[in-house]
Amino acid sequence: MPQQMTGAEMVIQALADQGVTDIFGYPGGAVLPIYDAMFQQEQVRHVLVRHEQGASHMAEGYARSTGRVGVMLVTSGPGATNVITGLADALMDSVPVVCITGQVPTTLIGSDAFQEGDTVGLTRSCTKHNYLVKSIADLPRILHEAFYIANSGRPGPVLVDIPKDIQFAVGTYYRPDEIETTRHRSYHPQLEGDTRLIEAAVDMMLKAERPIFYTGGGVVNAGPQASAHLRELAELTGFPVTSTLMGLGSMPGSSPQWLGMVGMHGSYESNMAMHDCDLMINIGARFDDRITGRIDKFSPGSRKIHVDIDPSSINKNVIIDLPIIGDCGHVLKEMVRIWRSKTNQPRTEALAPWWAQIDAWRSKHSFGFKQSSTIIKPQHAIRRLYEGSKSRDVYITTEVGQHQMWAAQHFPFEMPNRWMTSGGFGTMGYGLPAAIGVQVAHPDALVIDIAGEGSVQMTMQEISTAVQYELPVKIFILNNERLGMIRQWQDLLHGGRYAHSYAESLPDFVKLAEAYGAHGIRCDDPAKLDDAIAEMIDVKKPVLFDCLVERDENCLPMIPSGKPHNEMILPDFTDDIGSVIDAKGREMV
Amino acid sequence: MNAHLMQPTGSAYFLAPETQTVERHTLSVLVDNEPGILARIVGLFAARGFNIDSLTVSETEHEKGLSRITVVTMATPKVLLQIKLQLERLIPVHKVHDLTAEGRALERELALIKVGGTGEQRAETLRLADAFRAQIVDATVESFVFEVTGKPSKIDSFIALMVPLGLIEVVRTGLAAISRGPEGM
Repeated sequence: MPQQMTGAEMVIQALADQGVTDIFGYPGGAVLPIYDAMFQQEQVRHVLVRHEQGASHMAEGYARSTGRVGVMLVTSGPGATNVITGLADALMDSVPVVCITGQVPTTLIGSDAFQEGDTVGLTRSCTKHNYLVKSIADLPRILHEAFYIANSGRPGPVLVDIPKDIQFAVGTYYRPDEIETTRHRSYHPQLEGDTRLIEAAVDMMLKAERPIFYTGGGVVNAGPQASAHLRELAELTGFPVTSTLMGLGSMPGSSPQWLGMVGMHGSYESNMAMHDCDLMINIGARFDDRITGRIDKFSPGSRKIHVDIDPSSINKNVIIDLPIIGDCGHVLKEMVRIWRSKTNQPRTEALAPWWAQIDAWRSKHSFGFKQSSTIIKPQHAIRRLYEGSKSRDVYITTEVGQHQMWAAQHFPFEMPNRWMTSGGFGTMGYGLPAAIGVQVAHPDALVIDIAGEGSVQMTMQEISTAVQYELPVKIFILNNERLGMIRQWQDLLHGGRYAHSYAESLPDFVKLAEAYGAHGIRCDDPAKLDDAIAEMIDVKKPVLFDCLVERDENCLPMIPSGKPHNEMILPDFTDDIGSVIDAKGREMV
Repeated sequence: MNAHLMQPTGSAYFLAPETQTVERHTLSVLVDNEPGILARIVGLFAARGFNIDSLTVSETEHEKGLSRITVVTMATPKVLLQIKLQLERLIPVHKVHDLTAEGRALERELALIKVGGTGEQRAETLRLADAFRAQIVDATVESFVFEVTGKPSKIDSFIALMVPLGLIEVVRTGLAAISRGPEGM
């Protein structure tokens, strides 16, 4: 039976009816009625953040580690502008989040009222969709529709802006099943792939001699069963598999068919295989520029199949021979079924020369680095972190920069939804709040933010949130006392002129941890690293781990900008890195 | 000036040279008539660097709450496809038709044209207006306002002829377009 209630109560009831148990937010004048309604119920828990950007990344971490919609609740004006970075991040990486913002009363909109901002205008280009609620009669439909749109098709952020008078107004509330939001007038994402096209794809796969699966975040977004289908298909076909940064975990890192991550800092074997393949099967990736490198020399000899739920991803950057619009899970399942109906053998013999070639590339050990007994190498620190945590139920988040790429290279994942990183938008400051969001969703898991000392300071205040809610996140800072990726690019492209790429003063992270009521650890000795990591994992508190690492380590291998996949810089590169791109190359890029 | 600043610096991106030629296409977009829909469409064009030559919007099916937007754009075939697909991604967009690609669309525009002048000039102005089937919708002893409809090229021609005869100002609606034959959108 539809019930009468206030708009504020509808918000809480809709969250509960959508299965939301935890939200992240910060109160303010225009959103107080919703906070008041929340105060008087126990269905939805609230995590008070320290800055609204923190709420947005927590919601993202929550969503990406569970597959459920992450929710943030903030006030008008500055509350709304502070979440914009997180909304844009969620749009780029297709993360399902719903953001509820308070707004000044409808009668004051347009009057430059206190804390008034044009929230729907400001967020139009960084949300999948947004709403300004102008009538209490629309509120229940809009709330449920927001969840449906956020988590269907290509997922993304949806914002609902609710003026304060609508929060106070009384109206009729309808549950999701009383409203049929899934029968939207104009929004109908295509989930099932066209069977004839999938059959054509399988026929191409059966004839391929140098195939590769190039998988992306779409496989993770399609749910754990999509990853299971991918593994089954990989096993059936015997094809090698690589993935983008966003797709890590959909194929197990321990699989012999796994080539490591592809792209600018991906493995040599994956990039060479992408370049030399005769059939590329893109499942839920989008030919991002960090993947393709020089686009007119991208995989010149291959035919390309592209499976994507978003038609606008097809033929956007790279011309496709066989596009299949649909959900990765559905399409992979169909590929498995059709492959089985045509053959029951992997084409081991036909693929043997291809695998021999891949093994030759593998033997370059492109993720190798020079070990040191006196200084902690950042790659070594991540490998020891993996060894120290692999027996646990572990989730990894990262900030953005060298540490992020090293984490992607050196920390293998066996399962999807275990790796939360800001890929498309490259948001420094993502990892700490994202880790808190993950920990809220998985209270007993080990959640580690692999961080840099630069990024982590962008949202450092959220450690206070972790302390308040006793969320024992581990912030593992690879501290090289510079913005390492910036420094690397300045060496590569700007003659080693280090314009503002290092901090003149860094906080004492151990004392900072103590000041917040967290636990601080510092380590600069490779011999003591394992014990320090064990201490970090054992402490039942949020930890700031200040891991002092080699300062000027380059993140390699690397495809320099303007170069094709087969012109990577490998770790055994000894020349001046600034000489890689010559004057002619600079003109091209 | 420092010599190194004269050098092209490196970029984080590879910019492929454009090889396709630009074409003018007319798109018809069926949308929910809701607040902000025009901002979504225009914002998408601005954010992705697409070009708008002409844009007309009006509610066309009141009982269903639908509006029809006609947008004329200049782009390469690859970008034209992106424009169509990106428009279709917008939640309140029902359908996008590339009328130019589908062929033989009817395209019409309306213009109101104010022309001044006295004596012999006025007679010449009226003769030309008659030839273009322009209606006189306002007249004073020293001016006319004409209403002209037709293809944009016809309106262009009429305006060009009015320039030496005392053209004062012009307002145009932008293009409205519809496909021929019995099929609807």
